[in-house]
Amino acid sequence: MANKVLVAMSGGVDSSVAAFLLKEQGYDVVGAHMKLWDYVEVGGDIYKDGRCCTIDSITDCRVVCDAINAPFYVLNMSRHFRDTVIEDFVSEYDKGRTPNPCIQCNSNVKWTEFLRKAEELGCDYIATGHYSFIEQNKNGRWHIRKGVDVTRDQSYVLWGVSQEALSKTLMPLGGLLKKEVREIAHKYKLRTADKAESREICFVLDDDYRRFLIEMAEKNNKSYVPGEIVHADGRVLGQHKGTAFYTIGQRKGMGISHPTPLYVQVIDVENNRVIVGDNDTLFKSELVADSLNWIAIDSQSEPFDALVKIRYLHEPSEATVLPQADNSVRIVFKDSQRAITPGQSVVFYDNDVLLGGGLIVE
Amino acid sequence: MDPIYLDHNATTPVDTQVVDAMIPYMSQNFGNASSVHNFGRDAKVALENAREIVASHINCEPTELYFTSGGTESDNIAILGTAEKYKHKKNHLMVGATEHHAVLETAEYLHKKNGFELDVIPVDKDGFISADSINELITDKTFLTSIMLANNETGTIQNLIPLVGAVQTKRALFHTDAVQAIGKIKVDVKELGVDLLSLTAHKIYGPKGIGALFVKQGVRLEPLFYGGSHEKKRRPGTENIAGAVGLAKTLEIAQSRMEADHKLLTELSDYFILKVQSVLPDVYLNGPKENRIPQTVNLSFQGAEGESLLLGLDLKGIAVSSGSACTSGATEPSHVLQAMGIDKVISQGAIRFSMGRSTTKEQLDYVISVLPEVVNRLRELSPIYNK
Repeated sequence: MANKVLVAMSGGVDSSVAAFLLKEQGYDVVGAHMKLWDYVEVGGDIYKDGRCCTIDSITDCRVVCDAINAPFYVLNMSRHFRDTVIEDFVSEYDKGRTPNPCIQCNSNVKWTEFLRKAEELGCDYIATGHYSFIEQNKNGRWHIRKGVDVTRDQSYVLWGVSQEALSKTLMPLGGLLKKEVREIAHKYKLRTADKAESREICFVLDDDYRRFLIEMAEKNNKSYVPGEIVHADGRVLGQHKGTAFYTIGQRKGMGISHPTPLYVQVIDVENNRVIVGDNDTLFKSELVADSLNWIAIDSQSEPFDALVKIRYLHEPSEATVLPQADNSVRIVFKDSQRAITPGQSVVFYDNDVLLGGGLIVE
Repeated sequence: MDPIYLDHNATTPVDTQVVDAMIPYMSQNFGNASSVHNFGRDAKVALENAREIVASHINCEPTELYFTSGGTESDNIAILGTAEKYKHKKNHLMVGATEHHAVLETAEYLHKKNGFELDVIPVDKDGFISADSINELITDKTFLTSIMLANNETGTIQNLIPLVGAVQTKRALFHTDAVQAIGKIKVDVKELGVDLLSLTAHKIYGPKGIGALFVKQGVRLEPLFYGGSHEKKRRPGTENIAGAVGLAKTLEIAQSRMEADHKLLTELSDYFILKVQSVLPDVYLNGPKENRIPQTVNLSFQGAEGESLLLGLDLKGIAVSSGSACTSGATEPSHVLQAMGIDKVISQGAIRFSMGRSTTKEQLDYVISVLPEVVNRLRELSPIYNK
């Protein structure tokens, strides 16, 4: 009997083509859309187009699955998503950190809950439309390697996936360019062929995370406390509206006037202050990260060199990773890096192979 | 094995006799019932004949019966139409806790957007409502109470007569959504004493898109639509003649085989419940054993999530439902089972098997043979099920 695979379908072209290719390869394909949040909860307009988790995108998945003769289901995971991803998102900002909810979602929803659903349905694998390869290396570990289309590489948000989960994951788009994926979709008249790219934070519909935090706070009868914006040299320059609304390296929207450009350096939650300074002082050559997960290699005790990436749009930079006794790592960059941000992920590569990652603490 | 359809409470295939009765009113006798000419007269006669048949099925006058597009529309006219009429005098309505969303959401809309007071009447563990609950909640300001005759998820048949009495004593109107009862059990509006009753064709082998609302002589309500004088202005819009003819034929057939169907479906469902419980432990029937529409079998498989069960059975070619089918594809926990106070862990594992005229013992045997594999896999993966 053919291997059965549950394909995570967003309603976009990538996951549509992933499902199509797996079907072509002889898999017994089942499509599923994860309903992760609803409009009542996150605010916004259900009639707007081009979002995941809308009726329209669900319809797109349905039509694609019908075209490839695969069953299709909507899986309601909104409670789980709220309890893990959205709550973490809000609480991380409260702690003065800048979270990446996609990583939480991948680690705690897709490669846990969705995988569990797949097992419940008797599926052997799950599949996604990421442009990566999943391979078993000579040490027997499952690793993620950047796909052929490095411009679509999303391995940065996949560092939290467990070995067990990776061994049950298929990513059929690793060997393709985005252009080729669209060509396949066109050739086989998949309805999603021309759909626009999806966005970064799916549940913040207007891209205004501050609006989202304020609305969530209002629902929980919570409010953000204003405080001082202070220069690194001690001068008070203005007022902030709550430390959660600022991120390291931010320049705009602070409402202060100063002869030279100033950037957020530190979010000091304890004293409810936002500390600003010159661009130069944003450059640091060290960071500490915890909550580690190892992909291509087992957990390390000896220092090693790697290419290290500190945010989604960051060019991986040469560094030495120094494992610490408390299961954290200290990372020393060859060249200092701008705006190292607590809460963001740090990910280590050996060329194009993902070695592992963690969360930046300082 | 061909796919097995055990979701007759969602909808049913149209009986070929019904299709045959409808076809002449599509292309051949296509007239508009409002037209004066020969074509219009033919259509009008067909419409009024259909009205008479439907009216006689529920024992009302043809003048008390209005064709609509189905259950949801009938429920909306009954609730919103009376609310609009009474809003200056009375502002309180009550609905049963296990009502269909067509009633619940409409009442919620009146409450949240239009300032009406709303009380949701509690049910017991089998879904029954007592007259005492009504007496506790009803006020001089109550204009309407809406309680369904048979429940779509559990099949619970409500004993409406004492409830209608309790409501009408307070000079309020009583509406019942009889969508899941019509054609399956005797529905007599005079015996029940209700003021308003909703019915639809597609749950009983009739076409989708046609239903009716009974409005007792003397009950006043405002229309939702404005237009021509069709259906005495209570539901304007060119009449769906083929649909009305189809509904009438549907009810004629249902009437003629009601007893036989009831007997067959009782035997099948009794057999099914017994068999399932014998091949799997920790399976519970939600809803009453007696006073239930027999084709509705709502079973909880402890330790297995309803959603996953539904999908697992679908992948085996067995069509069932968890909760109500009307929630746009995404499965939500059942408000019906929650209202019945069923333990959350148990209600999460609920599946509705609804049988019909084409259901056979062989089909049920196949389902019984497949269930252990699907259920046991889920139970093994369940963090809470005690193996």
